Amino acid sequence: MSGRISYVLRFGDNALVLAQRSAAWVAHAPIMEEDVALANVALDLFGQAKLWLEYAGELEGLGRDADAFAFHRDAAAFSNVLLVEQPNGNFADTIVRGYFYDLWASLAWEELTRSRDERIAAIAAKSAKETAYHLRRSHDWLVRLGDGTECSRERAQHAVDRLWRYTGELFLGDEVDAAMMEAGIGFDPASLRDPWLERADAAFATATLARPADGWMQRGGKQGRHSEALGYMLAEMQVLPRSYAGATW
Amino acid sequence: MVASVWAWLDDVPDPELPSISITDLGIVRDVYEEGGEVVVALTPTYSGCPATAVIERDVTRALHEHGVDRVRIERRLAPAWTTDWITPRGRARLTENGIAPPDYLTLGPVVLSVVCPRCGSGRTTELSRFGSTPCKALYRCEACREPFDAVKPY
Repeated sequence: MSGRISYVLRFGDNALVLAQRSAAWVAHAPIMEEDVALANVALDLFGQAKLWLEYAGELEGLGRDADAFAFHRDAAAFSNVLLVEQPNGNFADTIVRGYFYDLWASLAWEELTRSRDERIAAIAAKSAKETAYHLRRSHDWLVRLGDGTECSRERAQHAVDRLWRYTGELFLGDEVDAAMMEAGIGFDPASLRDPWLERADAAFATATLARPADGWMQRGGKQGRHSEALGYMLAEMQVLPRSYAGATW
Repeated sequence: MVASVWAWLDDVPDPELPSISITDLGIVRDVYEEGGEVVVALTPTYSGCPATAVIERDVTRALHEHGVDRVRIERRLAPAWTTDWITPRGRARLTENGIAPPDYLTLGPVVLSVVCPRCGSGRTTELSRFGSTPCKALYRCEACREPFDAVKPY
């Protein structure tokens, strides 16, 4: 598989997996407005995923469409970062996971709008507008929870502590990143680390949350080595098209 | 031919904002003829908007009804859609139908208040950043106390 296909799939898989996670909140959110918000965020992410996966299919030229990538690959073929596949947990876990991703994605889209690949630049520009809106919401909730009640603060801090180990992978490049950077198509993931940390620190300060101490960071999602959680999620997401092959509405 | 197609598309409503047409929404980016086909270039509002497929079907159907047999839909992603492309007529129709039109982004970072489409008061409160469709948020007017949808500046 060419570097560009792998590269495009990673962005698509991040969006797809987080979309599926977010959508699972529908009818379980603490208030109805959040049901609507999480559903809308999920819808944007599904849309973004479709744009990326369709492009991956075109580059590959084997006739795979977005559905083929979404429903007919096993966990090891998914290349999303470990962060987005983490289970929903409580509302604070979901907000913190979303905030970490939204902040990273907003920086990534900014880089990719300068991509030499026009299609990638277009998808990034489209996604940037949606992600900016998601980031405002997840940031505001992070502050609300952190600077909220004793209970909400404790849960938010616990979520930050638990999910922190999955943030390192966001800034870890591999040979695919290097090749794409070389070709003027992609960016250096490590270059997003400082701006990400700077903004996250500012948010933690407003939210009266503490940034966890540096420690071991999990890695491997981009290369298909996933946590157990992804398999369960995919089993639910893929059961229908796999059990009833070719089923249509 | 191209001018007629634009006029016909003026009568194709947006499925989720049926008070305005797809041309007023600013999602028809181009109409041209190529190799005996009429090509309509459409851009999505939000990338996951479920109305996209319906709009493509409606456009094809409208052109077929006007005797154009060979229609091709081109999905155009760049430049990305912005609510600044909603026409003045579209904005007026939104207000008439109880939906607050969005601020112009090109006005810069000036924060304008969302005006109640029912009574015209600027004393409004955001109830939810997300509304009944991806492009809208939910507001309430503090003057007439009516809740209403507002198209998000995008």
